[in-house]
Amino acid sequence: MKELMLGNKAFARGLYEAGCSFVSSYPGTPSTEVTEEAAKYDEIYCEWAPNEKVAMEAAFGASLAGRRSFCGMKHVGLNVAADPLYTMSYTGVNGGVVICVADDAGMHSSQNEQDSRHHAIASKVPMLEPSDSAEALTFAKLAYEISEEYDTPVIMKMCTRVAHSQSVVETSERVLPERKAYEKNIPKYVMMPGNAIRRHPFVEDRMARLAAWAEKSEINRVESAAGSGKSPSGRKVGIITSSTSYQYVKEVFGNTVSVLKLGMVNPLPRDLILSFAKDNEVLIVVEELDPIIETHCKSLGLSVHGKDLLPICGEFSQNLIRECLASFVWGQSHEADRELTVSDQIPMRPPVMCAGCPHRGLFYTLSKQKCTVLGDIGCYTLGAVAPLSAIDMTLCMGASVSAIHGFNVASKEDEDKRVVAVIGDSTFMHSGMTGLANIAYNQSDSTVIILDNSITGMTGHQQNPTTGYNIKGDPAGKIDLEALCRSMGFERVRVVDPYDLKACEEAVKEEVAAKEPSVIISRRPCALLKYVKHNPPLTVNKDKCVGCKSCMKIGCPAISMKDGKAHIDTTLCVGCGVCQQLCPVGALEGCKKEEG
Amino acid sequence: METKNVMIVGVGGQGSLLASKLLGKLLLDEGYDVKVSEVHGMSQRGGSVVTYVRFGDKVYSPVIDKGQADYIVSFELLEAARWLPYLKKDGQVVTNIQQIDPMPVITGAMEYPKDLVDKMKALGAKVDALDCLALAEQAGSAKAVNIVLMGRLSHYFDIPKDAWMKAMEQIVPAKFLEMNKKAFELGEKA
Ligand SMILES: Cc1ncc(C[n+]2csc(CCOP(=O)(O)OP(=O)(O)O)c2C)c(N)n1
Ligand code: SF4
Repeated sequence: MKELMLGNKAFARGLYEAGCSFVSSYPGTPSTEVTEEAAKYDEIYCEWAPNEKVAMEAAFGASLAGRRSFCGMKHVGLNVAADPLYTMSYTGVNGGVVICVADDAGMHSSQNEQDSRHHAIASKVPMLEPSDSAEALTFAKLAYEISEEYDTPVIMKMCTRVAHSQSVVETSERVLPERKAYEKNIPKYVMMPGNAIRRHPFVEDRMARLAAWAEKSEINRVESAAGSGKSPSGRKVGIITSSTSYQYVKEVFGNTVSVLKLGMVNPLPRDLILSFAKDNEVLIVVEELDPIIETHCKSLGLSVHGKDLLPICGEFSQNLIRECLASFVWGQSHEADRELTVSDQIPMRPPVMCAGCPHRGLFYTLSKQKCTVLGDIGCYTLGAVAPLSAIDMTLCMGASVSAIHGFNVASKEDEDKRVVAVIGDSTFMHSGMTGLANIAYNQSDSTVIILDNSITGMTGHQQNPTTGYNIKGDPAGKIDLEALCRSMGFERVRVVDPYDLKACEEAVKEEVAAKEPSVIISRRPCALLKYVKHNPPLTVNKDKCVGCKSCMKIGCPAISMKDGKAHIDTTLCVGCGVCQQLCPVGALEGCKKEEG
Repeated sequence: METKNVMIVGVGGQGSLLASKLLGKLLLDEGYDVKVSEVHGMSQRGGSVVTYVRFGDKVYSPVIDKGQADYIVSFELLEAARWLPYLKKDGQVVTNIQQIDPMPVITGAMEYPKDLVDKMKALGAKVDALDCLALAEQAGSAKAVNIVLMGRLSHYFDIPKDAWMKAMEQIVPAKFLEMNKKAFELGEKA
């Protein structure tokens, strides 16, 4: 059947059709929906793992046991899972292993713009790169065949535009391969030096065989220019490209140029590129982020254009391709149409913490206490935005807890330093626990605040090991954060309700002052969760309101000033009552502060 | 047919997903190649959101660039103005006149620009502005703003109403179908 399908959903469909039966992933935009969609098939066992390394190792285990398995992550997730990946390249697989890594050129929702192809090259693992939903589906199936035939994990590289675009796919039935028997094979699976030394040449040979495959595979194809093959500039132009860049090239130049479209980006073919070069007078490599195909072409002795014409930073688009390449292909530059722009400055509309977000009260407290806040990644990273401006550092998942230890040890002599680490529940499970072990072990008097909103909010509300539910929403194991911290040796572990500003202030003051390690768990579920019951919206008593803007200090999107008085947007307000605690004259009325 | 471009813009949480789903289904059923593209992630937290819908004989790029949109369908007035540079010469804006203050306006750092419809028209843009919220409420639910806008957009499309209704039947849950059909008609006739 023909249907319109999201790239990530088509990928999941490909997993299903290929008979994948084990999925373990950690969420991360733009990769999350592959796993969420796979979880809708009853035939596939799916789970959220605490982090990407665990997910990949779990997938490896399922492969050993003879099943086709999968793990998915965003680009930075592959850094976390790099350790198993680089050695899984040596062991190879039993059942096929496919890994999704989703890059985010343009950084729509990421902390950096790294190019995952480097990991494929460095780990010597083949990487496929689809350019639309139809390819996401067929490449997923092909990836399993390659994985089993060449005894290797296979990476499928997605990017924001392929992952989050819908295009037409054709689906077919699931074919479940027979489970492969597990056979003990110490030289293959036990990577101690004596065995690994013998596996390394296998890896090199495998990549050579895969490079030979890349020469002939139909996923690396030449689309010849129409007619004489000469572009309007009178020269024969050949463009080497892949992924979404291919779409932009075709959009702009159609069949006035020849295109070598690569579906496999590691290893890259040699002869195919050389013969394509011979057929064209000008060669241009069009690839987002780093010049990887370009460098490969240059290593073959070819003279190619690439990053001399196109940017390394940010994502491409058809206009960008037209502007950068028009004079090369058309022999004349392209005049852009005049854009319609209203002369007023258009206010930005940046993302903000939701009205009623449990993180807000805690960040207000940290801001008021002028704390130095070593932050982490999640919805709470928005605590760095004005007016709260309450975060000093965000690096990568888990870094808050590890860095506060170093910060505190290195600045021991600063008497009245007020330093805290903040980390969400999902992020704490991901990689905060090991940092906490360091604090417990090497004993710095650090204060770690776990922002427990009972969900992985930022990436669209996935369950995690602290929530008590699994990916399907069924009851599951639930890790007790207090007991966990205590068992590590923390004596000071306390829980506060972030809607209660007085309690937050007390807790932060006392724990920061304490001369021993401490943990504060700021606990209240995310305001968007379905089971959360909200109070009716507050109202402003205009007679009482003196227009002092005290309530504006928390940066709640539901509160604004109208005609010198506070104004509440009743479609947004959930009656959390945090602003009420700031009003000096009691002008915000309506909700009874909930007990507990 | 040359590829046509529709941009659906608004504020996170306004229901643009259903609108793009409806359009996608409709255009696919009409036999076009279709691509629908949106950015998830940060945009969920009340940020500015945009969905690209492209259709034609063969669609390559999933995104729409500046100066290329045949239609900009906007759920909120400021967003229509924000994305106006994406409109093609002779393109059509269909916008809800509802205003939702962004953070810099809420904090008082900036003002919500005045008379945006007139200003857009003064630039030569074709602007069809209507109070979708009122029409949606009249149909029975404030949530139907998206369908009111689709009803309005149907004016400019050469696709029979039956086809729109058929697509709607497949997208909208049965219990909301009547209400949404009403919302569609109110938008269409507005
Ligand atoms: C290594 C890595 N994996 C995944 C992500 C994507 N990501 C960003 S924040 C986040 C989780 C946030 O959840 P939580 O810590 O519970 O905070 P919340 O958003 O709920 O406030 C994830 C998975 C990432 N940035 N880095
Ligand atoms: S989704 Fe939940 S945790 Fe994230 S900002 Fe909104 S209320 Fe806060």
